[in-house]
Amino acid sequence: MAQPLIQARGLVKRFGDFTAVDGIDVEVCAGEAFGFLGPNGAGKSSTMRMVGCISPPSAGQLRILGMDPVRDGPAIRARLGVCPQLDNLDPELTVRENLTTYARYFGIPRRVARARAAELLDFVQLSERADSKVEPLSGGMKRRLTIARSLVNEPDIVLLDEPTTGLDPQARHLVWERLFRLKRQGVTLVLTTHYMDEAEQLCDRLVVMDGGRIVAEGSPRALIERHSTREVVELRFAADSQEAFAGKLTGLGERVEVLPDRILVYVPDGDAAVAEVAALGLHPTNVLVRRSSLEDVFLHLTGRTLVD
Amino acid sequence: MTQLTRPALPRVPALRVLEYHLVGYRRTWRAGAFSSFLLPTLTVLGFGVGVGAYIDRGVGGVSYLEWIVGGLLASTALQVAVAESTWPVFGNLQWQKIYFGQRSSPLRVGDIVAGHLAFVLFRVLTSVIAFLLVTGVLGALRSPWAVLTVPVAALLALAVAAPTFAYAASVDSDSWLAMLFRFAVIPMTLFAGVFFPVESLPLGLRWLAYVTPLWHAVDLCRAAVLGVAPYWSVVGHLAYLAAWAAGGWLLARRVFARRLVV
Repeated sequence: MAQPLIQARGLVKRFGDFTAVDGIDVEVCAGEAFGFLGPNGAGKSSTMRMVGCISPPSAGQLRILGMDPVRDGPAIRARLGVCPQLDNLDPELTVRENLTTYARYFGIPRRVARARAAELLDFVQLSERADSKVEPLSGGMKRRLTIARSLVNEPDIVLLDEPTTGLDPQARHLVWERLFRLKRQGVTLVLTTHYMDEAEQLCDRLVVMDGGRIVAEGSPRALIERHSTREVVELRFAADSQEAFAGKLTGLGERVEVLPDRILVYVPDGDAAVAEVAALGLHPTNVLVRRSSLEDVFLHLTGRTLVD
Repeated sequence: MTQLTRPALPRVPALRVLEYHLVGYRRTWRAGAFSSFLLPTLTVLGFGVGVGAYIDRGVGGVSYLEWIVGGLLASTALQVAVAESTWPVFGNLQWQKIYFGQRSSPLRVGDIVAGHLAFVLFRVLTSVIAFLLVTGVLGALRSPWAVLTVPVAALLALAVAAPTFAYAASVDSDSWLAMLFRFAVIPMTLFAGVFFPVESLPLGLRWLAYVTPLWHAVDLCRAAVLGVAPYWSVVGHLAYLAAWAAGGWLLARRVFARRLVV
């Protein structure tokens, strides 16, 4: 395996008494698209800030591009692209100026910065808005501009913290498509998300974080195979409580999960399970057989309790 | 894509931050420049000519207009420096989060602070030079030594802007910024010898004027404009202002680091 671009060993981040990241081991290799999944407060953003060299680790080892983030912060950041969770563009400047002024921080000459800005605006489909101010742009346009800005220095690694949170479906798909292109160009992507479809679409490999720890690691497919069954049967019964029916389903499939409005049965073969349910004399009002998704893995590993 | 041979990092990164602020200023400079000329014209006419008409004896042998102009110049520098260091700093931290964007680039915290301070300095210098031009044309400057007010104003700007940066970066609501004007800038302007000599104050109150950075700049600027020796030692004045600037810089660096290195 090639030398990893990001290497963390026992990485810890504490804020006073609170431990946000509790000893994680991560390796990201060149050309990989790597994801951090987890509910709010799992420690994803804290990890991203440490990798982005703006937040010193409290303990453990961290090497980025073979360098020490505390000592070599500027040299590492010169080769990173960062797309933060909240856009921090300058609303008073034009779309183009946001890119050119940012390029100058990296020592890029003005002429090159202008050429680079034009290419990137083309890449994120904002060329027509190049000379308009940022303020009136839609959320999706601002996000694309932030992504363009993160690419201004031709980074070796692009860090994307929840790149599509808050975007409408059209905007999300456009962002995904652009990120996918970057991935194909060999850019290493590191992203956090709590959208499972995003992780399945973009990530070669991911870790699921919960409470500051890594609870699972692997490719989306491997994680599904390891932590869930091939298929899931969703049964809905015409009753206030699904609980009463759950007892009758014991023994069916590998696992039965009761939710307030439906029962999930984790099985290798969905259709066979539906036939068994009918054989038991049960008549759900609604039956859905679907493939297991990363969302099933995620909820299984991190629980269904709401995290605020 | 244009291939970048990985460029060398800027030698003085703070200049790139200054450049960013200047790009933004390019949009609003006309309004700024207009008020730069209007403000001194109005204050000189209002206070110097208007109020001066009632002060037949002048102050210490010179007309009130000539006496007041150095003080007004210093207070203009103070106003611009504090205005540019309050809401803009607070906004870059709390509203648009510009500083956080800069933090993700190779810039260090010191570069971000120094670059923004350099922009404040630029704003103060352009305002002061406009002030000198207007007052010069109106014939209110008695001595060519008046050009020395420019470096003095620059030092005053740093002496007040640096601690104001620290203050604006540490408060969590912008109503604290208005308080700074109400309880520091306005009293300072009224009592630090801009409009009347500090010696007119009762002895016990004079030290209130002497501790302000403004009084030290007022005394130097007035002396330069009139072509006389200042009331206090030049070195003492400069050292006092430099101490404010240095202390403010260290404090600002610390507060910014606390905010930006999390």
